[in-house]
Amino acid sequence: MAEQGREKYAIECRKITKAFGQVVANDGIDLNVKYGEILALLGENGSGKTTLMNMLSGIYHPDSGQIFIGGEEVKINSPVDAMNLGIGMIHQHFKLVEAFRAMDNIMLGTRGRKEKSKAASEKIRKIGEAYGLEIEPEKYVNEMSVSEKQTVEILKVLYRGAEILILDEPTAVLTPQETDRLFSILRKMKEKGCAIIIITHKLQEVLSISDRVTILRKGKSIETVDTAACDARKLTELMVGRPVSLKIQRPKVADPETIFKVVDLTVQKPDGSKAIDDISFEIKKGEILGVAGVAGSGQKELCEAIAGLLHAQKGAILFHKENLLGKTPSEIIEKGVSMSFVPEDRLGMGLVASMGMTDNMLLKGYQKGKGPFIKRRPARELAENLIRKLEIVTPGTETPVRLLSGGNVQKVLLGREIESSPSVLITAYPVRGLDINSSYTVYDLLNEQKKKNVAVMYIGEDLDVLLELSDRIMVLCHGKITGIVDADKTTKEEIGMMMTGEMKPAESGKEALDE
Amino acid sequence: MNNPAENPQKEPLLRIAKRAELPAGKIVILRLLAVVLSLVAGGIFIACMGQNPLTIYGTILSGACRSAMAFQGTVKLMIPLLITSLGVTLAFKMKFWNIGAEGQIIFGATCATFFALFCSGMNHVLLIIVMFLAGFIGGGLWGLIPAVFKVRYNTNETLFTLMLNYIALHIVSYLRDGPWMDPGSQGFPKIARFDKNASLDKFLGIQFGWLIGLLLVVIVFIYLKYTKQGYEISVVGESQDTARYAGMNVKKIILRTMFLSGGICGMAGMIQATGSDITLTTSVAGGVGFTAIIIAWLGQLNPFAILLVSFLFSVLEKGSSVVQSNYGLSTDCADVLQGIILFFILGCEFFVRYRFLFRTKVHSEKKIKAEGE
Repeated sequence: MAEQGREKYAIECRKITKAFGQVVANDGIDLNVKYGEILALLGENGSGKTTLMNMLSGIYHPDSGQIFIGGEEVKINSPVDAMNLGIGMIHQHFKLVEAFRAMDNIMLGTRGRKEKSKAASEKIRKIGEAYGLEIEPEKYVNEMSVSEKQTVEILKVLYRGAEILILDEPTAVLTPQETDRLFSILRKMKEKGCAIIIITHKLQEVLSISDRVTILRKGKSIETVDTAACDARKLTELMVGRPVSLKIQRPKVADPETIFKVVDLTVQKPDGSKAIDDISFEIKKGEILGVAGVAGSGQKELCEAIAGLLHAQKGAILFHKENLLGKTPSEIIEKGVSMSFVPEDRLGMGLVASMGMTDNMLLKGYQKGKGPFIKRRPARELAENLIRKLEIVTPGTETPVRLLSGGNVQKVLLGREIESSPSVLITAYPVRGLDINSSYTVYDLLNEQKKKNVAVMYIGEDLDVLLELSDRIMVLCHGKITGIVDADKTTKEEIGMMMTGEMKPAESGKEALDE
Repeated sequence: MNNPAENPQKEPLLRIAKRAELPAGKIVILRLLAVVLSLVAGGIFIACMGQNPLTIYGTILSGACRSAMAFQGTVKLMIPLLITSLGVTLAFKMKFWNIGAEGQIIFGATCATFFALFCSGMNHVLLIIVMFLAGFIGGGLWGLIPAVFKVRYNTNETLFTLMLNYIALHIVSYLRDGPWMDPGSQGFPKIARFDKNASLDKFLGIQFGWLIGLLLVVIVFIYLKYTKQGYEISVVGESQDTARYAGMNVKKIILRTMFLSGGICGMAGMIQATGSDITLTTSVAGGVGFTAIIIAWLGQLNPFAILLVSFLFSVLEKGSSVVQSNYGLSTDCADVLQGIILFFILGCEFFVRYRFLFRTKVHSEKKIKAEGE
């Protein structure tokens, strides 16, 4: 074997394979990172990125294949092994104890005698300074903002002496400005000789931060390329496996009549704080109103208030000049206001995981028809229809939807909402976790609705998509509207500023409201 | 140079891997295998007790079915088990952990007993119907209490239903020792035997509760599978959020389902008291409420499978009482056997979903792969 000629990699994976039942999540994957390098791991959802990283951090165990750390073959059986090998993982969902201080979280699980809190706090501060991380070790995690929590996560692995950092979609919860700050920290770490693997599916970020990119597709490592020699189009092609057009259409609004209006709406969370704070906006027929905002800015509460699931304290929601507040969810569905919210686990709210497509089609209309019995035949026909129309890949209408892939699950959900021919379609994160192809199918579906004069509210994460798809964009921050702007007259930076709470200058914001 | 023996970090000896969803046929084979294995393990246990396992198993079977009377005895045991299992199935389908069937049986029986004791002069058919209703409503209310607290204050239904069992039990003790004490028993605390007019009629030599049970199998099956309310139960059981998004009134569904679940269990109590015991005792439920939980799960919440499982359980129970009288083996041994069978069958569910990988196997796989390259 030609062991000598090879450079020493921080991490080298050879032919890693991992299967869950019949699903082969990783199929002979090769991957390597040098010290002082940032490697981006790019791939559509379900391509096996997170599985691979979980094996490196000792959560899963590969079925076959070898892992080398600093040139030595290792077996990583537990997160403790990974920690001892200097591997630290920062998960997409933070693993912090909310009721503890930052320093308690950082020290949690470290070996040896517990240090005096003053000494520990000093040590943490020093590590923070070295990497340019701002932190207050005494602050409680539940009082922290999302980006502060992420800082704690990063410090947690640095404190343990990790030299290999794995970040799983770290920017999903950050504003553009916070992302920039995170990237400058990562660059500093790279200078200090850390090896960094960053998982993301946002192409712009890959291009701006990484040195090399490894592309995964359907569990296989397709190629590793130097970032400098790449552009977004090339990366997409590698990721999807064929050329894709990245242009989203935006047909013009045909009939600018206001159909849906929210007036001075205030909604409280169960703890008494305001989730939605005195907001007003309107949606016109045949228009897509995009909603931007950092996760947790009140999007979910807004959806739930409109759907009649959450009690509103003040204000009104007018649909055809009729107030929807105080109506039951089923009355609101009946009126033609359809809401589809895709939560983080993607199945939790709109669909019943263990049921087949037929029974899921029934979910919102099962009450229709007389008598105590349920009528399955029309639902089955509808399901068969959708399978044909949206090219849903499923063994049959009775196969539990949890066995379908993420993209197909979302097609089932959105398909059902659209088939109920709503007048107002509220959709939150419909492309969450979808691959590029399926995402574009969803955008097409929404545009089709627009042509049918449906008023669409689209709550999204990706600003680039919001800017291309929506007619107008409303920005939420801490439950307040910080601006409503025309999508073709604004920039990503401007929306980013508004997401952090910077108000849009009063005149133009008003103008958008008064139109 | 990659000799695993030299490597300080070894792979774990055993690890668990998720397996692909098995075809239905294989799952059946796996479960049958579990039953066979449990019989073997039970046999070893019997052998340890100094008996021949084969004769004991034979006696259990023949003891339960050897004569019309024995068979009638088996069916009599089965009636409350079957009906109660169907009752808890409704709640379990909704993922509402109703382990209070015991209490619902007792309270249903108590309500029915009121009419048996104090309205025994009524027209027979009318009285039976009234007692059925009383049993159903009594059990239903007993089931409704934890459901009300669940939807209002989100209390833990497992603890709540369990505690209500004891309350129901002590209500019967109180009635037996006080207001309802049989005046003719000369101070011995017991409730009087019901009038002939207030006891269930027989059909084919057994109280007609078994007909009700069979009827309920079909009704519960249709209710769960083909009605709107049954559909609602499945959705609420899967995810309350989804149910709310679909515009369902989750609270109402929980209350209604728990009323029905408790009601069916209460009917089981009424049937046991008026059909088999012909009086009300503190042992009217006698653990049926707990055994029913096991039966419901072994039957995978499918009414027809529950019918089969509850029959097998009754055979085991009836047969082992014969074993006791013939061989002097205590009926507790039957409980041990039951435990062994459960252990294997529930354990086999693990293997339906997962499999073990041993270290050696993983390595040999790797070797084969390496050689192949």
